[in-house]
Amino acid sequence: MTLGHAERAAKFAADDARAHWHDQALWFVRAKRDRAASAVPDWERLRGLASAIKAHTQSRLADYLEEFERNAVAAGAQVHWARDADEHNAIVHRILEERGATRLVKSKSMLTEECHLNPYLEARGIEVVDTDLGERIVQLAKEPPSHIVLPAIHRKKEEIGELFHDKLGTAQGLSDPKVLTEAARVHLRERFMAAQAGLTGVNFAVAETGHVVVCTNEGNADMGTSLPPIHIACMGVEKVVPRLADLAVFLRLLARSATGQPTTTYTTHFLGPMRDGELHIVIVDNGRSRLLADEKFRRALHCIRCGACMNTCPVFRRSGGYSYAYTIPGPIGAVLAPGRDLRAHASLPFASSLCGSCDDVCPVRIPLHEQLLARRRDVARAGLLSPGKRLGMKLTALVLRSGFLYLLAARVGKLLARALPRGILYGRWNVWGRQRELPPTPRESFRDLYRQHRSERRG
Amino acid sequence: MKVALFIPCYVDQLYPHVGMATVRVLEKLGVEVVYPEEQTCCGQPMANAGFADDAAPLARKFLEVFGRFEYVVCPSGSCTSMVRNHYDPYLAGAPGFEALKRGTFELCEFITDVLEVGRLAGRYRHRVGLHQSCHGLRELRLGSASELLEARYNKVGSLLSSLEGIELVPLTRTDECCGFGGTFAVAEEAVSCMMGRDRIADHVKAGAEVVTGTDVSCLMHMDGLARRAGQRVQFRHVAEVLAEAMP
Repeated sequence: MTLGHAERAAKFAADDARAHWHDQALWFVRAKRDRAASAVPDWERLRGLASAIKAHTQSRLADYLEEFERNAVAAGAQVHWARDADEHNAIVHRILEERGATRLVKSKSMLTEECHLNPYLEARGIEVVDTDLGERIVQLAKEPPSHIVLPAIHRKKEEIGELFHDKLGTAQGLSDPKVLTEAARVHLRERFMAAQAGLTGVNFAVAETGHVVVCTNEGNADMGTSLPPIHIACMGVEKVVPRLADLAVFLRLLARSATGQPTTTYTTHFLGPMRDGELHIVIVDNGRSRLLADEKFRRALHCIRCGACMNTCPVFRRSGGYSYAYTIPGPIGAVLAPGRDLRAHASLPFASSLCGSCDDVCPVRIPLHEQLLARRRDVARAGLLSPGKRLGMKLTALVLRSGFLYLLAARVGKLLARALPRGILYGRWNVWGRQRELPPTPRESFRDLYRQHRSERRG
Repeated sequence: MKVALFIPCYVDQLYPHVGMATVRVLEKLGVEVVYPEEQTCCGQPMANAGFADDAAPLARKFLEVFGRFEYVVCPSGSCTSMVRNHYDPYLAGAPGFEALKRGTFELCEFITDVLEVGRLAGRYRHRVGLHQSCHGLRELRLGSASELLEARYNKVGSLLSSLEGIELVPLTRTDECCGFGGTFAVAEEAVSCMMGRDRIADHVKAGAEVVTGTDVSCLMHMDGLARRAGQRVQFRHVAEVLAEAMP
C-alpha cells in the first residue's frame, strides 16, 4: 500500500500543539452544536424524520427529479443533466463560453470541488474567484478545503495575515480577524462588481416548487447571483426533497448541526431567473446512482454536508482534513471515497476507532461506523491489506478457534514477554510500546484462578 | 439464578483479577456463576479488521459454547456488543441465536436491568473518573451519549454513585473515545496515543485518583500511556471497584 491515512495523520499529529489547537477549534463547534440542538424540542424525532424523508425520496429519486425539472423549467430556469464530472464541467464551460463570460464568482460548492471545476475552467481562460472567505483563503493558498463547512480551519489567523500580505498586499503582520475579513471584503467586492456570471452550490432543491435553496453565512452567494445576470446552480441528484414541508425539517437541522447556529445568516430561495437574467441548474450524478444501487451504503447519500461528523470525530480533529486525501474528509468521506476507488482510499475505513460518535451526531442518521466496518470488509475481501496483516489475522483466528492452541500461544507469549530484555521487548517491531507500556503478564490466567476459587468453595 | 461467564480472551490471559472481581460481584449478589472453559474469543479483532470469514467460525463456536445458557454475563461492553449487535451476518437464523443475543449482558447492565438492583451496599472512598467506553455507550446504550438529546441516564455511573464515599469527578468531555479501537491502537498509533493522553489529562485535571470503566481494553491503553509518562493515576475495571467496595 502507498502512503495511507495513518502516515499522513502521524505527520499532522507530530506538531502536538497545532493538532491540539485544531482539536479544540472543532470541539468548540461540536459543543456549540450541542447547545443549539438542545434548544429544539424533539431533536431526535427531527433526525428520524429527516432520515425517513431521505429514504423515501431516494426510493423515487427519478420521479422527484423529473418533477423538480418540470417545475423549475416552468419557472423559467434551464435544467442541464450531467452524468459525471466531465459532463458537468463541460456544461458549465459551455454556458459561460456561449455568453462570452470570462469572469466567474463562485459561492461554496463541494460538488464543484468534487468535479475539479476550477482548474478545468482556469485552463480554458476563465477567471474563477471563490467568494466564501474560507474558500478564498484556500484558493489564494492554492490548497483544497480541509473541511467541507470550515474550509480553512487548518490555518491560523497569523498565517492568513501573511497570505493576505503576500496575495492581497495588506500590511505585514496582521492577525485581527476583523481587519483581515475587511481586507477580503474590499478585495472580493471588486471581483463581484466585475463578474459576468455567478455560480452557487445547492443545499436543497424542492420538487413541488422547482426552486433551489442556498444557505450561506456571508451573503456571498446572494451578491454573486444578483450582480451578474447569469446564475449557474450546480447540484448532485441527492439534493432534491419532495415538498416545502420537507425542506423545513432539513433547514432546522442543517445550520444547528453544522455550526451550532439556529439558522444560516442567509437562506436564499431561487425560483426561476431574475429579471433579464438566466438561471441554469446543472443536475449531476457522478457516481451517486451507483451508490444508490448499493444496499449497504445507500444511506450515505442522505448526507446534507453539514460536517458534524468531522467536528465530532476524535480522529479527524487530531489528524486534519488533508490526512484523508479526498474532497470529502472525515467519517462520511471515509465511507464515500472507497466507493469511488477502493484501492486508492483503502486506508480510510481504518482511520476510525469505531467510537460511533458520528452516527449519533449525524442529523440524517447515517450509520457511519457500521458503514466504515462494511468498507473494511470490502478492503479485506479485495485483498488490499498487507500480506503481513492478512497472515497475522489468519493465524490469530486459527489459534483462537482451538482451545489448545489458544492456551499454548498465551503461555509462550507471556513467557517471552517476561524473559526478554526490555531493549528487545520494546524494539522497533513493538508499535504498541513506542509510547505505551505493555500490559502485565501474570503467571496465572483467569481460568487458573477460577479453578482454585471453585475448589476452595467446594472444599 | 445461574449465569455463564464470558471472559474476553485478553482478560483471561492478562487481567485475570478482573474476571475474578466479576465472579465475586455476581456471587455477592446471589448469582450462581459457571465458566465454560471451552471459550476463547468472540472474534471481534478479526471482524473489526475486515476479516469476516475469520470471525465466522469464532461466532459459531461462541454459540456452541454459550447457546445453552439463559444468561451470559461479560465484563466488557465491547465484546458483549459484538455478540448482540455484530453476530447477525454469521449466525442469523441459527437455532438459539436470538435467545443468545437477548440473554447476553455486560456486567453493569445485568445488575441494573436483569437483577434490577439500582443501588449497591458498599464503600469506596476515592475520587473516580468514569471512562465511558464507546461500544458500551453507543452500541449497548449503557448511558445516554452526549450527542443525543434525550433524558440523561447512566447505568454504570448510577451504580458507582450509589457507593458510599465515592466521588465521581466531572469531565470536560464526558464520553470522548480514548483511542484504543482494537487494531486502530497500532495501525493509527500516533492519533491513538494522542487521544489516550487527552483522555487521561481530562481525568487528571478533574482530580481523579482512579479511572474506571466497563472495558479493560480502553483502560489497558490509557494505563500503558500513563505508566510510560510516570503518572500516578490508577486504572481499575468497574468490576474491581465494585468488588472492592462491596462487603
